[in-house]
Amino acid sequence: MRRILDLFTQDLVVINLGLEGFGEALREQGVEVVQMNWNPPAGGNRRLIELLDQLEEE
Amino acid sequence: MRVGTIDAANARAVGLLVGAKPVLKGIGIARDVIPGMALNKILHAGPPVEWARMCGPVRGAVVGALLYERMAGSREEAEALAASGEVDFEPCHHAGAVGPMAGVVSASMPVWVVENESQGNRSFSTLNEGLGKVLRFGAFDNAVIEHLKWMETRLAPTLARALEAHGDLDLRSMIAQALEMGDEGHNRNRAGTSLFVRTLAAAIVSAAESAALASEVLAFLARNDHFFLNLTMPAAKCSLDPAAHIPDSTMVSAMSRNGTEFGIRVSGLGGRWFTAPAPAVDGLFFPGFGPKDANPDLGDSVICETAGFGGFAMASAPAIVQFVGGSVDMALNSTRDMYEITLAEHPHYRVPALDFRGTPTGIDIRKVVETMTPPVINTGIAHRDPGVGQVGAGLVRPPMKCFEDALEAFRAERSS
Repeated sequence: MRRILDLFTQDLVVINLGLEGFGEALREQGVEVVQMNWNPPAGGNRRLIELLDQLEEE
Repeated sequence: MRVGTIDAANARAVGLLVGAKPVLKGIGIARDVIPGMALNKILHAGPPVEWARMCGPVRGAVVGALLYERMAGSREEAEALAASGEVDFEPCHHAGAVGPMAGVVSASMPVWVVENESQGNRSFSTLNEGLGKVLRFGAFDNAVIEHLKWMETRLAPTLARALEAHGDLDLRSMIAQALEMGDEGHNRNRAGTSLFVRTLAAAIVSAAESAALASEVLAFLARNDHFFLNLTMPAAKCSLDPAAHIPDSTMVSAMSRNGTEFGIRVSGLGGRWFTAPAPAVDGLFFPGFGPKDANPDLGDSVICETAGFGGFAMASAPAIVQFVGGSVDMALNSTRDMYEITLAEHPHYRVPALDFRGTPTGIDIRKVVETMTPPVINTGIAHRDPGVGQVGAGLVRPPMKCFEDALEAFRAERSS
């Protein structure tokens, strides 16, 4: 519990996944942001995700 | 259950690729050394394409080849012959060959003979003609044909004798050295060409019929920074071919363009081409030219990227960004990104700027589709009209459709 409370009193450091806009908004408010590039597999195309999953399950 | 079969097949395919040892054996005449070559056959770059759908530079090069072979006496005669069905058009790739840009090879042309000593298979490529008005960009006027004849009767015999005296050239070692000297082996070949000339210069002087011819040959090599490209390409081709028919493998065994379509082949799917319209190249143009002058992406030279260099080794060639656009960071990141879609790091081709990490090698269609990261290709830009020549250089990415269709076919084949 104590560690959780400590968290709220510390400076915020954010890891932003994917869309950079969310991280930018925080950065403009002086928050330290680490950007991590991430995209949904196969760009979110369900048919391609299904194909990849089928090959992985073999 | 076929647990792990894809991974095992890919390990075998990429093992064959990185274990290849391409060696320059000599020079032959296409009709004598290329399997299946015939007097009425013309090889071209890219996946199959018939005369009616050929782009301007390929048509121009076909006309030039027919004039060079004296099968036609004029442009009109050559075009009529090409359209008549009497000329057998075949992709270079189907004959174990590769050619930059239009990639046209006809029966009398001298070709490099490169052997993969690890597996004993061979590949072929014409000798690089230099820049300006040249056949590979679709030029076919008298000067172009005369230059090709000079290459056939003066350059090639001299180099063939020089090579015979010198002995085989280890191309794997030479490419590895060139990558450490600022080349990437596709669009920058200044170091490779310099190494080639340095290695053979003494033998060329001894082999030439006269001091004047030795001087002519060395001067030609000295003003052609891309001379080595026509050796990196067959080196890549013969390194990939043994890995081209491994059942269950999702590794790309060839990528190529005919200026109309971009095509890829996948090891586990054998000789099938997966094609999509050839994309435009994003790059820098020579003064007086712009995007409207550009032909869509063209040539077999993307075999370099397929084998783990070219655009995949951009981090080795920071100076190239002055030619293709972008920044040094972009060059470094281009190579880093390619590790995401490849199966191995090349044990011989290393990148000094990345602490001598091996180049990303062996494209996996599963990784390309999963990450939606198409391979990065470093390439020249041809004018869309025959005979104008190169108008720029830049970067291009293959259409994702090629990889998506191949993945679909791969899955379909396994469930059938």
